[in-house]
Amino acid sequence: MEGAVDGFGLDASFVARRGPDFRLDLSLSIPPGRTVALLGPNGAGKSTAVDVLAGLLPVESGQITLGGVTLDEPAADRFVPPEQRNVGVVFQDYLLFPHLTAIDNVAFGLRSRRLSREQALARAGGWLERLGLSDMAQRRPGELSGGQSQRVALARALVTEPDLLLLDEPLSALDVTTRARLRRDLAEHLDAFPGPRLLITHDPTEAVLLAEQIHVLEEGKVTQTGSADDIRLRPRTQYAADLAGSNLLVGKASGGRVALDGCELHIPSQVEGEVLVTIRPSAISVHRRRPEGSPRNSWPTRIELIERMGERVRIRTGPPLVLTAEITEEATLALGLIEGDEVWVAIKATEIGVETGAGSELS
Amino acid sequence: MTHNTPERRRRGRRPPIVLLILGCLGLALFLIPLAGLMARTPWSELPRLLAGDLVTDALRLSLVTSVLATLIAAVIGVPLAWLMARVEFPGRFLIRGVVTLPLVLPPVVGGAALLFALGRRGLIGDPLGELTGLVLPFSTSGVVLANTFVAMPFLVITVEGALRNLDHRYEAAAATLGAGRWTVLRRVTLPMIAPSLVAGLTLTWARALGEFGATITFAGNLQGRTQTLPLAVFVALESDRDTAVALSLVMVAVSLGVLVMLRERWWKAL
Repeated sequence: MEGAVDGFGLDASFVARRGPDFRLDLSLSIPPGRTVALLGPNGAGKSTAVDVLAGLLPVESGQITLGGVTLDEPAADRFVPPEQRNVGVVFQDYLLFPHLTAIDNVAFGLRSRRLSREQALARAGGWLERLGLSDMAQRRPGELSGGQSQRVALARALVTEPDLLLLDEPLSALDVTTRARLRRDLAEHLDAFPGPRLLITHDPTEAVLLAEQIHVLEEGKVTQTGSADDIRLRPRTQYAADLAGSNLLVGKASGGRVALDGCELHIPSQVEGEVLVTIRPSAISVHRRRPEGSPRNSWPTRIELIERMGERVRIRTGPPLVLTAEITEEATLALGLIEGDEVWVAIKATEIGVETGAGSELS
Repeated sequence: MTHNTPERRRRGRRPPIVLLILGCLGLALFLIPLAGLMARTPWSELPRLLAGDLVTDALRLSLVTSVLATLIAAVIGVPLAWLMARVEFPGRFLIRGVVTLPLVLPPVVGGAALLFALGRRGLIGDPLGELTGLVLPFSTSGVVLANTFVAMPFLVITVEGALRNLDHRYEAAAATLGAGRWTVLRRVTLPMIAPSLVAGLTLTWARALGEFGATITFAGNLQGRTQTLPLAVFVALESDRDTAVALSLVMVAVSLGVLVMLRERWWKAL
């Protein structure tokens, strides 16, 4: 377990069971103002973690403490039911009440906490305005787009000023363009939320961009914990290695270049500021000597690791920039590559993906 | 290409002829008795007939008892449906059988069973009468009870099905927003099953309004006290055909009016 959080964070270490076959064993510490991501494939137990923290599923053993208050501890015969926890949840498919308007959905939590209708509607209206949804206040969920529904769900979770914010796949129900835009918005709203935040996601981009610390969850167990770089450079499981293989790098962009830790890449975009750079492993070529022609992004390095995966071969390159490249077995044999070899790598600028919208804490 | 002309395409939208014929036959089965009733109606005499004591007493009693039975069904039937849908208990399928029994049982058998249980010398009726002086058979309360017994299954079954189909995660979401169980029921569960609830209440009311067998067996046939519209029709058929027709017409008008109104407003989902 990590060091206990002082003050008003979340401290959870528990075992929970769902059905006869599934067991979730999780330890989490999230200080106030920090975002932790639970990253894992489908069926890893991510949503079970949400249910446990929200109080929808009691733990079998262990302890959950939020802001110094014990929420669940079977050994002490203590269980605080969901309605008495102050936990805000943005559910995977939002679960907006279909019979209530957007503003009534947002006001629901305030009304449940015995605020008068006028006060509740005033505060809910304020949140809708903050999220740019004032025009949608009287619409029902069926009349909202995916992005609007997501923001209403976020407002509904935040309006009660919860002690903990849980986001269960908050962007997965959206199309690709909306997702990128709302991820930036979400990063801002997370920054503004003072309590601990837990992001549940299967998308490494989301985890890297929105969270400071990532727990990789597989089959009910955390297989690795660390920063995006920890997991990228030292993946401990095949799943983590696959994630790492997608070469997610955080850097600072300016004037068509992005500065990464220890090196600089040319990128096909003129964005400025914090960015997430993605390079497909197959977009990286490996050469025996300095490649001729166009690639502006090329440098000498050493092969640290060669992994065979069927017809494909995965190559990990060393400093100045640790990357995972994927080439064919034929090419590996033709070049006669072995671990420790001195090689050149090259990446075409057009093959580099650049995502903006990283939170300010990312560096 | 002939099969692509606009006319052919328009014709393509016409329903299949076999379905059309069979469907119309089905409709005819409902319409022909109504036409028979209309044809037999002494229209010029109608105002006088409708103003008669027998008719007004029966209409008033029918409306009062059927509405009361629906209200009682709502108060005890919805909780029963909730328990059946949400609580795991052994023998739940047996309970479901018992609840649906009044649907298949001949109402006269139901009435007799009520009599054996709640009659003056009945299993419960005897001590109940001793203790409270309450006598259910051959009273207006008895009519309400018989109506409720026969009609409540419609409500329980409809609401149980709706609760079963409701995604319980909406209720979980409400709980995370600070809503206690009662608030969740009031502000989320019931509003979300409202269409089924209204449909179930309507069916219950309609069934109670038409109740005959259990009522006449358990509550008898006393004008102004237990003689509801169906009972009055039955009596009048023997003695005064014109009044029987007038009473029947009243039943048709009341039922049709309410059902059409509710269907417009609530039953679109069904």
